[in-house]
Amino acid sequence: MKNAIKELYVPVLSVIIAIIIGSIIMIITGFNPITAYVSLFIGAFGSVNNIANTLANSVPLILTGLGVAISFRAGLFNIGAEGQYWIGAIVGVWIGYHFQGLPWYIHIPFALVAAMIAGGLWAGIIPGFAKAYTGAHEVITTMMMSYIAIYFSHFLLEFGPMMEKGSIPQSPKIQASAVIPFMVKNTQLSYGIFIALIAAAFVYWLMFKTTWGFEMRAVGLNQRASKYAGMNVPFNIVLSLGLSGMFAGLAGAVQMLGVQHRLYDSFTSGYGYTAIVVALLAKNNPIGVIFAAILFAALGTGSQLMQLNAQVPGQLADVITGLIIFFVAADKIIKLFREKFAKSSKEEASV
Amino acid sequence: MDILLNPQLWAATLAMATPLALPALGGTFSERSGVVNIAMEGIMLIAAFFAVVFSYLTGNAWMGLLGAIIVGIITALIFAWAAVSLTADQIILGMAINIFASGITAYLLNTMYGFTGTPTSTPMLPTVDIPVLDRIPFLGGVLSGHSVIVYLMLILLILADYFLFHTNLGLRIRAVGENPEAAETAGIDVIKLRYLGVGLSGFFSALGGAYLSIAALNSFSPDMTNGRGYIALAAMIFGKWTPFGSFGAALLFGFATALSMQLQNTAFSKNIIMMLPYILTILALVGVGGKSVAPAADGIPYTPKK
Repeated sequence: MKNAIKELYVPVLSVIIAIIIGSIIMIITGFNPITAYVSLFIGAFGSVNNIANTLANSVPLILTGLGVAISFRAGLFNIGAEGQYWIGAIVGVWIGYHFQGLPWYIHIPFALVAAMIAGGLWAGIIPGFAKAYTGAHEVITTMMMSYIAIYFSHFLLEFGPMMEKGSIPQSPKIQASAVIPFMVKNTQLSYGIFIALIAAAFVYWLMFKTTWGFEMRAVGLNQRASKYAGMNVPFNIVLSLGLSGMFAGLAGAVQMLGVQHRLYDSFTSGYGYTAIVVALLAKNNPIGVIFAAILFAALGTGSQLMQLNAQVPGQLADVITGLIIFFVAADKIIKLFREKFAKSSKEEASV
Repeated sequence: MDILLNPQLWAATLAMATPLALPALGGTFSERSGVVNIAMEGIMLIAAFFAVVFSYLTGNAWMGLLGAIIVGIITALIFAWAAVSLTADQIILGMAINIFASGITAYLLNTMYGFTGTPTSTPMLPTVDIPVLDRIPFLGGVLSGHSVIVYLMLILLILADYFLFHTNLGLRIRAVGENPEAAETAGIDVIKLRYLGVGLSGFFSALGGAYLSIAALNSFSPDMTNGRGYIALAAMIFGKWTPFGSFGAALLFGFATALSMQLQNTAFSKNIIMMLPYILTILALVGVGGKSVAPAADGIPYTPKK
């Protein structure tokens, strides 16, 4: 228990400091931070529909966040979850609209599994093998693969093979048999959230209760020692990047089948980047990922009402997100803060 | 083939390469000193925004450029403080700064200028017609008439190469990025030189950002850097961590962009061409055609022994 509190110390303080700095920015720019935060909170959690939309937003973040967390645990920076998400979305949508007459209990799993495999291959084959056998840094290769995936989806949708008839660059709608139904009416919350929760439990089990998970974490902590202990380091690198991509791919498919029902042409979903933030704040703990994802999802949904009610531009959510990560990364700032505080209270006590 | 004989294509290549080459040069300094700076994306964005702010406030685009440089260097030094002095993870910090930059610039854009965007009367940096050259057919069309920043970039390119490979300070920067322990033993202040490397990357990124907002255009829009800071990083790697290599890669990437713009309305998909730079970068990293190898201590925080 004491350990858990210690683990939470930096993330929680980072959030608080970021919120305070956010208030200062609002005061300087002439807004009332209390009104703003209250409307942000109401926007995120103020009604059943708002809660449902926040949870709906958290689904792709939980899944991509799990993917990023797996790679981080293995000591690898998969920052290309965005591209893996797109690949999963492309494959999920294609299977969703291309195959007709399948019962839903075959169609949905078929689309999800295929998307997972595609995302896994996208991350595992090129960045994975490149890292394992040539040492090519995965930060760059996964990032490059992201851009390739995004341009590939533009290619498919802009007068390409996946474009729906007409002039709008978007894919056809998926068959009814591939739709993951909505849970709460007039919101974006679908039963996909259970897929996300099951995935989190599965990743927890995989990483902490199995030999595979143990080996991946060992490689993440010390590659050389793992090698001498007889572990296959290249295999674990490919495995962890592949698994990482599988969950990002799953995120794309769940979003398509559960929320969008077709693929739109856009430059970024944003989920793949926020996923990094989610994994970091959760300290790569799969259960923590759920809560971190809900926090950032709440910032996203809440900021819309904040913009409407308090006229504070919604991008303040990004400012706060950036600050949170800055303090989580530079946790020495918080430790310095704490030491100073501890020192001064000790001095007071001695007086 | 006609398209390749069009001077506009080659002029656009140079113009598109400039906002990539500048941060790529900056990244070369940062990484040669041992710091991976993916925050260049965010620094460019912040600089692009403040270039417009200062240019509009003072009515002078040069003051806009100066303001952008100052803000860019300050942002880079905050990054350096956390990355070098506090030894925080450089990639995570970079992500943090990029998300922050995207948010704060869009936030300030809305609060300062409303939803209509930056003022249309914002002064721009001048373009330069090179005498004599501008009369030569084709070559004049390609090389003359660009923004002053394009020529500044070319001068800085030569200076950067000279500084990094032909001066004592340049040698020290490289030593710090290859083997900081040995450098420290030889009496070099590792921390100070890493601040210098990161500071220079801030300077170059700021120029790149200002180019986008007050040279190529005279306005700022949210996320207008559009990943150029990341692409610059790829150009630097493709160019094997050298100034001229980075510039060459930036030209190649600029060419892909210019070509895809020219091909907009033809049958061949521009999106396939846009993928090429990224594919090439992966190939360069994997080692096709001479492997790109990073400085040995790149990305590893260093704690002085003293």
